[in-house]
Amino acid sequence: MQIPVEGFMYPNEVELQWSVLIVLYPFITGLVAGAFILASLERVFRVEAVKPTYRLALLTALAFMLVAPLPLQLHLGHPERSLEMYLTPHRSSAMAMFGFVYLWYLMAVLLLEIWLDYRHDIVVLSQTERGWKRLVYRVLTLGSSNVSERALRIDERLGYFITLIGIPSAFLLHGYVGFIFGSVKANPWWSSPLMPIVFIFSAMVSGISAVMLLYMFSTRLRRREIDMRCVDTIARYLLYTFIIDFSLEMLDLIHRIYEADESFRSLDFMVHTRLWMSQVIVQILLGTVAPIALLGLTQFLRFSDLARKGIYVLAGCLTMIGIFAMRWNVVIGGQLFSKSFLGYTTYKMSFATREGLLTAIALMILPFVILWVLVKLLPPWPESASLPGSGAAPAHGAS
Amino acid sequence: MEITRRRLLVLLPAAAVAWKYVLAGTPEASPNYQLTEHWWSMLIDIPKCIGCGSCVRACAEENDVPQGYYRTWIERYHVSDWRIERPEVESPDGGKNGFPPHADDGGKNFFVPKLCNHCADSPCTQVCPVGATFITPDGVVLVDKTYCLGCRYCIQACPYGCRFLNPRTNTAEKCSLCYHRITKGLTTACCEVCPTGARQLADLKNPKDPIHEFLRTHAVQVLKPHMATGAKVFYNGMDGSVR
Amino acid sequence: MFKDIEHLIRLAVVIAIALVAFVILRAAVVPHSFGQYGHYRGAAIGEIASRPVAFAGHDTCEACHTDVVDQKKLGKHVVVACEACHGALAKHADDPGSVQPGKLDTAVVCARCHEANSAKPKGFPQVATADHAGGLACDTCHQPHRPKIETEGKK
Repeated sequence: MQIPVEGFMYPNEVELQWSVLIVLYPFITGLVAGAFILASLERVFRVEAVKPTYRLALLTALAFMLVAPLPLQLHLGHPERSLEMYLTPHRSSAMAMFGFVYLWYLMAVLLLEIWLDYRHDIVVLSQTERGWKRLVYRVLTLGSSNVSERALRIDERLGYFITLIGIPSAFLLHGYVGFIFGSVKANPWWSSPLMPIVFIFSAMVSGISAVMLLYMFSTRLRRREIDMRCVDTIARYLLYTFIIDFSLEMLDLIHRIYEADESFRSLDFMVHTRLWMSQVIVQILLGTVAPIALLGLTQFLRFSDLARKGIYVLAGCLTMIGIFAMRWNVVIGGQLFSKSFLGYTTYKMSFATREGLLTAIALMILPFVILWVLVKLLPPWPESASLPGSGAAPAHGAS
Repeated sequence: MEITRRRLLVLLPAAAVAWKYVLAGTPEASPNYQLTEHWWSMLIDIPKCIGCGSCVRACAEENDVPQGYYRTWIERYHVSDWRIERPEVESPDGGKNGFPPHADDGGKNFFVPKLCNHCADSPCTQVCPVGATFITPDGVVLVDKTYCLGCRYCIQACPYGCRFLNPRTNTAEKCSLCYHRITKGLTTACCEVCPTGARQLADLKNPKDPIHEFLRTHAVQVLKPHMATGAKVFYNGMDGSVR
Repeated sequence: MFKDIEHLIRLAVVIAIALVAFVILRAAVVPHSFGQYGHYRGAAIGEIASRPVAFAGHDTCEACHTDVVDQKKLGKHVVVACEACHGALAKHADDPGSVQPGKLDTAVVCARCHEANSAKPKGFPQVATADHAGGLACDTCHQPHRPKIETEGKK
């Protein structure tokens, strides 16, 4: 298959190395980091209004976290060797260190926090459920069914402490993804010290809006009333982080335009041609300016609950599209131009291959399947706190 | 790759030889070769290059490089008058079959052979997550294809576009400076067949190597010096338009 | 005293077991020569170095083909290595009897270097083959090992 090339590419550059799967990877990790930071709002910063989403945000983070390494794994030339990342990690490699950051975040932060938070429910369920479910809960209790008030208070304190560690960890997790790209000095499209920070804030934006949407859809599915105070607060935080994110991205853009270094002419041409649709139209206008304007309107004008819900859903969906486009433009855009700055290649997404569109779609559906299982296993709904015997459970933040 | 019986006969003794050295734990395949006594580099004399493509063909044959990928390649530059920032560059099939005749339309035309720069501070080695690519004690950047994950981070990190993913092995690949030749006292395949001496293998640790005299008496550059990679492929007579 | 943190102790034990399992796995799986010279598999150097060569090198050719060496010494092609035109012949050098190099097509081989191109150095002998030979093979007039035509009376 002949790949269309414009101008001159170094001959080995014509073929893109990182496919749509590598676009998914920062997108998914971003959702994890963002969802966790939203959860920590309630716990550490005592934003009581977002409490209905606390557990849902944690489970969302976990569901996406479990899927995050899959696109990487599928993309490897030798997936069977991936364990080498842990066995002989190269200390100077951002990618190798990411393996440990990932593991730390998954094991020490997410799983631990969820376990501590749900331990009371798990113990109760291990006594009330039957069959294989009972077995699962029994294993999850680790053989200790102590839910005395003191034990739960210890859990609560430890959980708070873990959330405290979790916030910098979430920043580290996604900042590190940004560093993987930002530290490639050979690639001027990526190489920027702002990259990790831009990634963190865009992660928060995507994670917050994902949890907001999930909360609204799941509440609707369960035929409950959406807590408007909760979504209003989330939308407000979404707006704040979005403004910071947008400012950072614009700072990066203005800086590039003003400095206009050796790569500028080449990159500028690319943005005006191959990336025009995905960068300017989808990412900036539709995916950033539009949702900021929509969310901004709700701050200045009075809308009915119904109208606000509509605006939030629309803004949330546009945000998700915009952030995905941002990941696309970083990963794919960074490979479309030649490092000689003399030409451009084309990315042709395959369909039913290991790194094709079909795989990407499957990988985007998978976290929702996992989330569904997690929700069945560990119900995150506020009213599930009224399980038999859980009335004595101390409220969060009661330490 | 299809393994015919004939091919197997060629491959088996080679594998046996390799295995012998692995078992013995002696990387010096050639008995008299000392890893610490060399520091390999290459000299490219641009005014001597005729763009015949011999090096590209020889490299492909010596190293079994798949069609469409290049461990070395040649670029043809055309710079019109003062526009050194906007050269016209082409490299049809890496220059493997030479270059089509080109009318002399004014300006300046010349060929630039490219290969891995065997950087002393190579970005590809820095970013490899598992230590599958490395610089040897004698200064050659190599890929361990039995250890490479195929993550392609190194390909992204190389400022010179020297790396590719070999579709047969699914591992990163690049110029090995014919390590299997230079450790046996031979020169690289590209230098061997270069008819004009535009490419010269050089050992910077050998005081008798003519490169020292050459470097002393010529204005020499490396590619993209601002990348600070410690590139060890030196170019003589390189125009400012080359990138 | 420890009753209320029993579950945490159990968790710590699970984590400790996982860490120990990892350390054992690591010791068992990492290649022995890893780290011998640096952060890589030391044995890889030897494996790469011991690959067989395809081009024998002109020294090897010249050991037998002394007549050609004498011919080449008289002309400009003395600097051109044998395998630049004849191709990779290490197999021939290993077993001269059964592996024979093929006959070269001079129309192709000579043109690779000598076909005129504006990017070639000005001093390098170049011809537009179509005009120069009128379809005749190069070796009709030129002797490839000693290409200059020196016969008296012939232009």
